[in-house]
Amino acid sequence: MAEATEHATQSGALLRMSGIVKEFPGALALAGVDLDVRAGEVHCLLGQNGAGKSTLIKVLSGVHQPDDGTIVWDGERTTLSSPAQALRRGMATIYQELDLVPELTVAENIFLGHELSTGGFSQRRETTRRTTDLMIRLGHPEIRPGRLVGGLSPAAQQVVSMARALSHDIRLLVLDEPSAVLDQEEVRNLFRVIRGLTAQGVAVVYISHRLEEIREIGDRLTVLKDGRTVATGLAVESTPTAELIRLMTGRSIEYVFPPRTGRPLGEPMLQVEDLALPGVFGDVSFTVRAGEILGLAGLVGAGRSEIIETVYGGRRAGSGTVRVAGRRLRRGSVTAAVNAGVGLCPEERKSQGLLLDEAVYRNITMASMDRFARAGFLDMAEERRRADELAEQLDVRPRRTTQAARTLSGGNQQKVLLARWLLRECRVLLLDEPTRGVDVGARTEIYALIRALADSGVAVVVVSSEVEEVLGLADRVLVVREGEVVHEAPAEELDESKVLDLVMEGRVA
Amino acid sequence: MTDNPTIGTAPQGNGAGSDTARVEQAALEAGSTRRSGLPGILRSSAGRNLGLVVALVLLCLAGVITAGDRFATVDNMLTILRLASVVGVVSIGMTFVITGGGIDLSVGAILALSSVWCTTLATQRLAEDTHWMVIVTTALLVGAGCGLVNGLLIAYGGVVPFIATLAMLASARGLAEIISNRRTQILTATGLRDFFNDEVVGVPVIVIVFFLVSAAGWVLLNRTTFGRRTIAVGGNPEAARLAGIHVKRHTVLLYVLVGLCCGIAAVMLVARTTTGSSTHGTLLELDAIAAVVIGGTLLTGGRGTVVGSVLGVLIFTTLSNVFTLNNLSISAQSVVKGLIIVVAVLLQQRLASRKNT
Repeated sequence: MAEATEHATQSGALLRMSGIVKEFPGALALAGVDLDVRAGEVHCLLGQNGAGKSTLIKVLSGVHQPDDGTIVWDGERTTLSSPAQALRRGMATIYQELDLVPELTVAENIFLGHELSTGGFSQRRETTRRTTDLMIRLGHPEIRPGRLVGGLSPAAQQVVSMARALSHDIRLLVLDEPSAVLDQEEVRNLFRVIRGLTAQGVAVVYISHRLEEIREIGDRLTVLKDGRTVATGLAVESTPTAELIRLMTGRSIEYVFPPRTGRPLGEPMLQVEDLALPGVFGDVSFTVRAGEILGLAGLVGAGRSEIIETVYGGRRAGSGTVRVAGRRLRRGSVTAAVNAGVGLCPEERKSQGLLLDEAVYRNITMASMDRFARAGFLDMAEERRRADELAEQLDVRPRRTTQAARTLSGGNQQKVLLARWLLRECRVLLLDEPTRGVDVGARTEIYALIRALADSGVAVVVVSSEVEEVLGLADRVLVVREGEVVHEAPAEELDESKVLDLVMEGRVA
Repeated sequence: MTDNPTIGTAPQGNGAGSDTARVEQAALEAGSTRRSGLPGILRSSAGRNLGLVVALVLLCLAGVITAGDRFATVDNMLTILRLASVVGVVSIGMTFVITGGGIDLSVGAILALSSVWCTTLATQRLAEDTHWMVIVTTALLVGAGCGLVNGLLIAYGGVVPFIATLAMLASARGLAEIISNRRTQILTATGLRDFFNDEVVGVPVIVIVFFLVSAAGWVLLNRTTFGRRTIAVGGNPEAARLAGIHVKRHTVLLYVLVGLCCGIAAVMLVARTTTGSSTHGTLLELDAIAAVVIGGTLLTGGRGTVVGSVLGVLIFTTLSNVFTLNNLSISAQSVVKGLIIVVAVLLQQRLASRKNT
């Protein structure tokens, strides 16, 4: 214990990262990040979505290798070439999406990859004993080592993830939004466990969007914005909230949003009443008129994507109604929505939107094939002609529409999806994170396209985690927090810090 | 209202946007030149088929060299085609199911059940009283019916295709045994037999049926919304669903289609052998899947080629023929068949992985 206290009081940096750069094709995810973490402290990492937090922790856990910059671990310069290596150095990461095997037991999951065995035979009794010890240490003796992980609650699964990290000899623990799946009681328990760890000299990097949590558990903090460190090593106690929000929002890149044309809006086109999906969101109501862009702001996991997927029929609503141009849609039927003139550009373009190996023009015509068919036979010349026309109109590059959708950049893939619904002449367009993975130049184009669509009479709903995008693009904004609409206002009456307050704390500070 | 909305020309991404686009274009062009050469040719569908044609020609050459006088005769060619016809028709159906992201292990059993059902005393008596088309209709209905059961189980029951069709494999053949009492049923309708064993300008009708089914399959896959939906459902079911395609309904239709093909194949086999039997089509599923896979249809779905499947069937049938003419054992045939499958799949995978990088 004496040794532990010594660790805790030691102030030298355990981990020092400087000038970390990580580039992905078409996007500079980290443009120079500095971070120093001391033994025995809770170091909070703050930043908006897309600021580079996830990339940074993936560098830290050995998943990504940085293109530039240095990592000094325990006084020595080091490289982290694989997750296994990071783990050997004593760095463990618990991701938001837990990486457990549901078909294995608690004990088996914890010792996965470093099973206790003699001569190839697993030491079941020793494994069980150590697992029980870990669970007691984590304050959850009720999680039995023999339970199947798939049957545990998300919170309990997180405890198992923690236990797995602790089963290694770790000196640094990274927690990525650990409280997202926890209720208040569980969060308190989590904090107790974290304090226990720091008392033993373990450093914790804690990522959360909830300011109140950071205030409670954090010692120091680092703010990231647009892939850069804007402030590092600030003491949590002495930094006011206003200052934090200013650091998170101050911009280095300005996006050009198309001007609102101020045309009179048309008839209510999409009417959502008391829509609810039990356990995800409840009683959401809103109306979007022809020509209007409605923005849904909120954190990832707040229920924004789920709301529009339910409107679209991709998820079956528990209750409530969706009307398009006054006509009520059948619940849980995408086809009904599409036939009524609704289109969705999903969040995951590649896995939910595109046929990556198919030609661009086929991706464009995918939702309107009937238009080019007589008795099921396609008029392929006409199909190509219309798709090419739209590709040109939307400036999809490269222009050759016979090449596979896979070869296009993110921005151009997004344009292909927009073209798909444009071809279908949809009346309501739902856009989930329309500029995710889209580079700066193409963003401007996509914003202009969305505005032009609205001006042509389409009712548009935009979901985005980037507050600035919602405010710049939308006419009216709904703020969603933990499955509830907490605020609704014209975009002009809101500013970024106000929305961030609402998003993070549910009220205006 | 939004009739043909005109979208104002998007502002040219001056600076970053257009630059990135240019760089990407350049990279793509560089990529395509780097990938030219033989593997590049093989990657296009026409090129893959060319590869199969080359393989087929080589096999024929081997036949000519080792058994020239017996191999290179019109009669022997027709024998190969006649043998290829039954598996061929089933392979066309299988091409659709696999392209749509599924698999059907029950094709052989469905064929057996159809062949037995359409040659029962009752069916044949009815046919005698009316027309032999009754037999054909029965076979097609039984085949499509089995496919419907498969499809409903898979699409709406959520049973994985492998298991659902494995169950059908067992029960359809069992049912065929029950109906036939494990006895071979003789086809008495001479009309049916004569029709299918007839020749039109020297080509057996059975081969013409195979050709027609293949042509219809090609058109269906490449020129209709049905084919396009099949590719979408197999390539990315979630994207297909979110684009408004009835993924479940389409899946059912795919299994009905392959069932129908089994019915057609059953009629062909009944006519050729003049028997209906619960042992017909044993292990046919393996031959059909093997032909489809070496033809270039992606086993994971999303890409299919009817021409490739036809070539695949012809390659396997010719191989058997050459081996038989040289008095080599069936066992040796099987070994070589296995090797061909492995080589073809390894080749495909290497090409696919290169495409993704």
